Amino acid sequence: MSYGFFIRPLVAALSVSGAGMALAGDGKLLLTGGVSTIDGAAGGGLTPWAVTGSYAAAGEWGATAYATGVKTRDYGLAGYGAALAFADRVEFSVARQDFDTKDNLAPLGLSGLKLKMDIVGAKLRVAGDAIVDSDGWMPQVAIGVLHKKVDTGALGPTLTGALGAKESGTEVYVSATKLFLASGILVNGTLRVTKANQGGLLGFGGAQGMGNRVMPEISVAWLASRSLAFGAEFRAKPNNLDPSALGAGALKEDHWADVFVAWAPNKNVSLTMAYVDLGKIVPALQPKRQTGSYLSAQVAF
Amino acid sequence: MRKLIALALLAVAGLAHAADDSVYRAFGEKAGINTLMQDFVVRLKADAKIGRFFKDVKSEHLVQQLTDQLCKVSGGPCVYEGAPMAESHRELEIARADFNRLVEVLQDTMDAKGIPFGTQNRMLALLAPMHRDIVTK
Repeated sequence: MSYGFFIRPLVAALSVSGAGMALAGDGKLLLTGGVSTIDGAAGGGLTPWAVTGSYAAAGEWGATAYATGVKTRDYGLAGYGAALAFADRVEFSVARQDFDTKDNLAPLGLSGLKLKMDIVGAKLRVAGDAIVDSDGWMPQVAIGVLHKKVDTGALGPTLTGALGAKESGTEVYVSATKLFLASGILVNGTLRVTKANQGGLLGFGGAQGMGNRVMPEISVAWLASRSLAFGAEFRAKPNNLDPSALGAGALKEDHWADVFVAWAPNKNVSLTMAYVDLGKIVPALQPKRQTGSYLSAQVAF
Repeated sequence: MRKLIALALLAVAGLAHAADDSVYRAFGEKAGINTLMQDFVVRLKADAKIGRFFKDVKSEHLVQQLTDQLCKVSGGPCVYEGAPMAESHRELEIARADFNRLVEVLQDTMDAKGIPFGTQNRMLALLAPMHRDIVTK
């Protein structure tokens, strides 16, 4: 997959957030609204943080929009979305993910299948301040919810039938973010209550009947300058589809990880590049580890 | 004996704490901080967003107060003789965005003086908790 798919959603995203220009909250410090996760909420790339998106401080509104492309060895993901935030307190987000299975599902007669997921999210900052409470350990804490609905096309009957998954699900999470200002190190820890398979792209839950699990996610970033951050993330995932009717290990799910660099030349634009390791995705059909590139652009107003 | 060791450890910890003037020294001690604050005050007064908070304050006075304050918080041998921060900011209706803007102006000032980003952050970490006394809106 080329990054050509990148342009169209970005233009759409720009026009969406252009409408928000009048709001134009810019009272926060550079990069302190994080970037857009693939699920739409503000955070790192794979993990939501306790920060709210945009540069809206107390009394201000702000908006962000983003487009993200992920290209692994055998799969591709295009994502885009937008978020609205008020007063560095609440955030509402929408996101779309289009996952290209390419020819990996050819043995099932599903070559070229695309998995499409819509996500709506809300986040509330409940305590603390990640940036300025630099004389203590108290982090900024937020709680969030993500409602996801996936359209798996011709895979749907198998997924909801023999594999026992649902096509929609709701995740809740709590995130704690702390900037150790003197050293320029930001740490985020998130606990996500989820039964999503591959983030929801392969539905929610499975025939094993395992319910919601609490999954830890960790991000660490180093601020090299006001506009540049380097970091790494880890997102643990449940394993609801394994073992399945396809046998043990056939649909085993791995955790996700990435190393990233985020650059915000000003308060209107940020670019994030990452190397991602999504582990094996449906190893019965594609046994190779899915590592690759991640590129995301965000506009903020 | 154990008591003695504990006491000695306490004393060492106390000394280490009292002697931590590394940020003060990194900023060129009182003279360096004073030069920095002179530029800072010029920038504050000229700032489109928060200049209004400073327009009626005499520059000389502001430079002296800020110098004493940064000198003191960074471990230097200075006494801050101005009014307590909460008292002097109570009536000003300063929003968090205003506070953050001041941080940005200070960052610009430090950039202009060539102070490394890491050193800047060590100073900002000492100043940031003041938001509790300054931000009232």
